[in-house]
Amino acid sequence: MAAAPSAFGQWWRNLDKSAWVWVLAIVVLVLLVVNPLLRLLIVSFQQPDTGAYTLANYAAAYGRSRYVDALVNSLILGVSAASLCLVFGLPLAWAVSRTDMPGKNLVWISILGTFIIPPYLGAVGWILLAGPNAGWLNRLVVELTGMEKGPFNIYSMTGLVLVTACYSFPYVFVFTKSALDLVSSEMEDAANILGSGQLRTTLSITLPLVLPAILAAYILVFLEAIALFGSPALLALPGRFHVVTTQLWQFFEYPPKVGVAAAYSMPLLCITVFLFWLQRRVTRRKGYVSLTGKGGERRPIALGGWKWAMLGYCLAVCTLSFFMPMVVTCQAAFAKAWGRGFSLDNLTLDNLYFTLFENTLTRNATLNTFTYAGSAALIAIALALCVAYIVNRQLVGRHAGDLLSFLTMAPFVIPGIVLAIGFYAAYTRPPLALYGSAWILILAFATRFLPIAYANSNAAIRSINPELEDAVRILGGTRFTAIRRVVAPLLNRSLAGAFILVFIPGTRELSSAIFLSSINTQVLSVLLFDKSDEGNFEMLAAIGLIMVFITVVFILIGFRLMGRDFMLRRTAA
Amino acid sequence: MSKLVLRNVSRTFGSFSAVEDFNLALEEGELVSLLGPSGCGKTTTLRMIAGFMAPTAGTIELDGEVISSPGSSLPPEKRQMSMIFQSYAIWPNMTVAENVGFGLTVRKLKGDEVRSRVDEILEVVQLGALRDRYPAELSGGQQQRVALARSIVVKPSVLLLDEPLSNLDANLREEMRFEIRRLHDEFRITTVYVTHDQAEAMVTSDRIAVMNRGRVEQVDAPYALYGRPKTRFVAGFIGRTNFIEGKANGDEVHFGGFSVSRQSLHSEGALPQDVLVSIRPQSIHMFKQDPGAGSGRRCVQASVQRRAYVGEYWDYHVTLPGTAQPLRVTARPQEVFQVNEPVWIEIDTTQLTVIA
Repeated sequence: MAAAPSAFGQWWRNLDKSAWVWVLAIVVLVLLVVNPLLRLLIVSFQQPDTGAYTLANYAAAYGRSRYVDALVNSLILGVSAASLCLVFGLPLAWAVSRTDMPGKNLVWISILGTFIIPPYLGAVGWILLAGPNAGWLNRLVVELTGMEKGPFNIYSMTGLVLVTACYSFPYVFVFTKSALDLVSSEMEDAANILGSGQLRTTLSITLPLVLPAILAAYILVFLEAIALFGSPALLALPGRFHVVTTQLWQFFEYPPKVGVAAAYSMPLLCITVFLFWLQRRVTRRKGYVSLTGKGGERRPIALGGWKWAMLGYCLAVCTLSFFMPMVVTCQAAFAKAWGRGFSLDNLTLDNLYFTLFENTLTRNATLNTFTYAGSAALIAIALALCVAYIVNRQLVGRHAGDLLSFLTMAPFVIPGIVLAIGFYAAYTRPPLALYGSAWILILAFATRFLPIAYANSNAAIRSINPELEDAVRILGGTRFTAIRRVVAPLLNRSLAGAFILVFIPGTRELSSAIFLSSINTQVLSVLLFDKSDEGNFEMLAAIGLIMVFITVVFILIGFRLMGRDFMLRRTAA
Repeated sequence: MSKLVLRNVSRTFGSFSAVEDFNLALEEGELVSLLGPSGCGKTTTLRMIAGFMAPTAGTIELDGEVISSPGSSLPPEKRQMSMIFQSYAIWPNMTVAENVGFGLTVRKLKGDEVRSRVDEILEVVQLGALRDRYPAELSGGQQQRVALARSIVVKPSVLLLDEPLSNLDANLREEMRFEIRRLHDEFRITTVYVTHDQAEAMVTSDRIAVMNRGRVEQVDAPYALYGRPKTRFVAGFIGRTNFIEGKANGDEVHFGGFSVSRQSLHSEGALPQDVLVSIRPQSIHMFKQDPGAGSGRRCVQASVQRRAYVGEYWDYHVTLPGTAQPLRVTARPQEVFQVNEPVWIEIDTTQLTVIA
C-alpha cells in the first residue's frame, strides 16, 4: 500500500470545506451578543479611568434617593400600564373573537393602526391632545365649561400610564384573541348542557382556558412598559420625574458615566430575564393542550342589545389609542401652526416638503433610517439563517446547537436601552472603536431584532426537507451548491417576509439609537426626539407621518408576500 | 474484487447501537436489498454508504479504496454515487429536465450533451412529454420516475434506494417493483435497496440481507432465503411459518405427534439435542381420511381448531394431539374442513428447516 495518502492528506480531502462559514457565524454571534453583555457587566464593576475593580458605580447608582425613586416609578408605570392594558385589551379580544358584535373589521383595523404607530409618536399626539393649556382636550373643556384652566396634564404619571397602555394593549388583544380563537364552542356547549349559564361558562370554562395567554401578555406589556424610552422621555422629563430609562439616559449626558449606567441597568436586565423565564413557564404548562390545535365548531355568542354597548366600548378604546392621536398628528403635520385649528387656510404641505427635501438634517436622517434598518435586517437575517441552518442540520453537536440558538434568541430579553449601553461599553474603545460610525447603529439594530429574524429563519429552514439537500450532495454538488441552487430559491419568499419584519421595527427603533447615534448618524426616531425640545410640533408630526408611511408600505408588501397573519407572527416571535 | 465492501461497520448514537458489526460485499452490477422492520438500522447503513454519516467502527470500501472510516469520511459529493430518497427529494424549484440534468451539470458536461442524455433517459422512464413540467404538476408515480431518471442518468458507481416505493399506492408500487428491476437489468448499476417490504425485496433483488436490531441475520438469494431461513427471525419475517420444537433421540427426532429421521433434516453442522424447525403453511397437507400406509404418505391425526377463508386460500389452525401450539395450514379454496373435524395432516419433511 505504497500509494496510501498521508493522514493529513486524507483529512484534508475529506474535510467539509464549508466549515469556515459556520465558524464565522459563531464569531459574529459572540461579538454581537456575548461581548456587549460581558462588557456591560465588567464596566459596571470598573473605575472609569483606571479600570480597577470597584463597587463605586453601584454605590453611585443606588446612593441617591431620586435614583431609587426612578426605579420605583418604573415599577408603578409597569404595573399600572399593564393593568390598564388588560382593561383595554380583554373586552376587545373577547368581543372580536367570541361575540356577534358588529363592526369587527373596523376594530381590527384600528388595532392594527395602533400597532403601526410608534409609541413615541402616540405620545406626541397625546401632547397635542392633553398638553396643559394648549392641548385640544383642555381647550375643548375650557370652551364648553368656561373653566379657567383645562383639567388634563399629560406630563404626569397618569398621562404616561395612559399613553403607554394605549400603545401596548394590542399585545394583550392579540395574545388573548388567538387563545380564544382556539377554544371551541363545543367546550362551552359541554358546560351549558350540564346546566351552566352563559356567564358562568365564560368565567369558569373559557377564562381559565385563556388565562395562561393573558398572564403571558401581562408580563410582556409590563416589560414593554419598563423598557420604553420614548414616551417617558417625552412625558416624564417635562413632568419633572424620572423612570429607569430616562435616568439611564441622564447618566449618559456629558460626561457619560458608563459604569454607573451599567450598574443602574442591572435591575432592569434581571427583572426582564426573570419575567421572560416566568412567561415561558406559564405558556408551556401542560394541561392546556386543548389550546394547541383548532378544535371543533365555533359559534359567536349573541349579545343582543348589548352588542352596541360593546361596540361603543371598543371604539372608545380605539379612539384613545388611534383615532384622536392620529387626527391631531395629521392636523399638525399639514398645518402652518397647529394651534390655529382645523381650517383650510391653515393647510400646507410645507412641513412634509421641508422635512423630506429642504432640511439636510431630516433628509439625511430619512436616508440613514432606510440604510441602517435595511443593512441591519440583511445582517440579522444572514446571521439568523446561518445559525438556524447549523442548528437544524446538526452541523455542530446538540449542546453547541442549543447554545447557539439560545444566544441568538437572547437579545429578545435584553431591553433596547441596556443593549445600547452594552454596545457603548464594548465598542467605544479600540480595538473595535465603532462609536460615531454608522456600524454601531446597524449592528445594534441587527442584534436587537436578531430573535425576530431567527424565529422566521428557523421556521423557514424547518420547512425544507433535508433530503432535498442530500439529493444535491449525492449527485456531486457541495453543501454550498445545495444552498445556492435549492435552499435559497425555496426560501426567498419567506426571507423577504422576515426582512420586512426586521426592517419595520428597525426604522422606528429609538431606545438603542438614542445612545449610539451621533451628529452624523442621525435617524428619524432620534431626530423626532431631539426636536421635541424645540416645540416645533408641526415638524415632529411630519417626521412621524413619514415613518408611519414607510411602515404601512412595507406591511402591505408583507401582506402580499405572506398573507394576513404575518404581523401576528412578529408578536409570537 | 468486490465493488462495495462493508467491513465490521458499526454505528452508535450515544449508548444506542443502531448498526452492529455489519459485513457485506457487493459484486459489480449486483442489486442487494437491506430488508428489516423499521428501526433495524437499514437506513443508517445506507446513509453511511452514501457518506452522510460516518461509522463509529469499521470501514466502507469502494473499488478497494476506503471511503468511510470512523476518523474521516469522504463527503457524499465525492463518491460518484446517487440515491433515491423516501420523499423522492425532487427539487420543486426546477423543471423535470433541470432536475434530471442537475447531476450532469455539476459534472461540468456541455449543454448539448446534458440535453441529449436527459432526453434519452426521460424516454427510458416514459417521461419525455413532461420534461418542462414542475414537480408540483406531476403525480406521485411520475415524481418517482423523475427521481429514478435523475439518479441513473449520471451513471453512478453505486445506486442507493431508501424505501423508494413506500409513498406510492399499492397498485403503482407493484408496477414500480418491476420497473426498478427492468432498469437494473438494463443499466446493471451496483445497487443497495433499503425496504421493509419483503415482496419488494423478493421481486427486485439478486440477494437480500435481512437485518434485525442492527445486525445482519442472513444474506441470501430470495429463493434460498424463503426456503432455507437460518434464524427464527428470518423464518418469521419472510412469509408466514410454523415453528415446531423437537428432541433428538438416537437416529430419530421426535416432534410430539410425529417424528422424522435425523438424516432427512437439513442442518448446517451437528444437530443439537433440542431441535427447532420451521415449516411453511403450504408445506402441510390435509386429508379427510387417512390415506393409509400403502399410499406412501405418512400422516398424523389432528383436528381443526379455527379457520378463515380469505378468498385465495383457506387459513386453517390445526392442533396435533399432545401439543399445545396449533399449526397453520394453507389449503386451496376447494379443500373445506369444519371446525373440530378430525383430519389427517401430512408434513412435507423435505421442507423442514432447522433453525439455529
